[in-house]
Amino acid sequence: MAGRAKPLSPHLQIYRLPLNAILSITHRITGVILALGAVVVVAMLVAAASGSQAFGAMYALGANWLGQIVLFGFTLALYYHMSAGVRHLFWDAGYGYELETARRSSQAIIAVAVVLTLATWAVAYSVSGG
Amino acid sequence: MAQFTLPANSKIEMGRTFPAPEGASRTRKFRIYRWDPDTDDNPRIDTFEIDLDRTGPMVLDAIIHIKNEVDPTLTFRRSCREGICGSCSMNVNGRNTLACISAIEDYKGDVNIYPLPHMEVHKDLVPDMTHFYAQHASVEPWIKTQSPTPPDRERLQSKEEREKLDGLYECILCACCSTACPSYWWNPEKYLGPATLLNAYRWIADSRDEATGERLDALNDPFKLYRCHTIMNCADSCPKGLNPAKAIGEVKKLLVERRG
Repeated sequence: MAGRAKPLSPHLQIYRLPLNAILSITHRITGVILALGAVVVVAMLVAAASGSQAFGAMYALGANWLGQIVLFGFTLALYYHMSAGVRHLFWDAGYGYELETARRSSQAIIAVAVVLTLATWAVAYSVSGG
Repeated sequence: MAQFTLPANSKIEMGRTFPAPEGASRTRKFRIYRWDPDTDDNPRIDTFEIDLDRTGPMVLDAIIHIKNEVDPTLTFRRSCREGICGSCSMNVNGRNTLACISAIEDYKGDVNIYPLPHMEVHKDLVPDMTHFYAQHASVEPWIKTQSPTPPDRERLQSKEEREKLDGLYECILCACCSTACPSYWWNPEKYLGPATLLNAYRWIADSRDEATGERLDALNDPFKLYRCHTIMNCADSCPKGLNPAKAIGEVKKLLVERRG
């Protein structure tokens, strides 16, 4: 009874990912974003070190609504990845594995990332004067 | 590289619909994954409209009812119908569970039933468990000792030592956890998966076992153990309420502590 090749049962297509699983894949995605963003940060530093003309060009890239959205997203990714990373430290130390604890820490990660991002931008805008 | 989509022979098609019997008042649709190895067809979803007044309260009751009364070719594993044998593990409405201890009334709307995810399917809801069992065997889940057995008594254990096995020994190897784990989906050949790792830790944590170092050596591998990223679908889906993610965390901790 050789039959034909056995099919693979559906996985991502049908699984209803719990909150913690969504945070996990988001941690991975924001990690990739930060790696790419690090290149931009280096480019900013190089531009700043290269003189006012280069800095001005770089500044112009970020000083419009599209650039601001990208930078806002980068800030959010940074704080999200940081908060989720702190939870990994707790896990590695052996704490916070209970389902209820994990659910609460998931909510805390989202809250911390959003609050820190908004606070950072509020400070940035108040310092730069909008 | 992980393949996130289903291969061509696994894409799911629309199947047949079996309407409710005449005069049924309390009906519910069960949409069930079907695949017949004796045809050349792809897997399909059949829809069975069931009269809840003619079946028991659990999802497994409904499936047995379908096999008895509607379509005798529907194929699935079941045995104890009380959550201890682990045979009827399957995916119900997006979450792995045992059909026998999942009440129909806990699901709203249609009930969607698939085999355990990312497994090769023998037929309908019956996945191939060969590889899963081989992985379990690979951690040598039995007591290993150096010292001679005491001649006049068992190998004794204090109450505290025994308590360390609570939450570990209850595993029934239903594979709900391993097949809920995305890391296991993407690396089933190399990553041992939550069920096997929980059982590995069950012997590491056993005060009577004398092969702890050897067991830790065997797990200290970037893929076997460290593909766990604490996604925690394992603990979320375990029908026995166990926490494989925590057991894996304990193993990781022991490996760090051992380095001193």
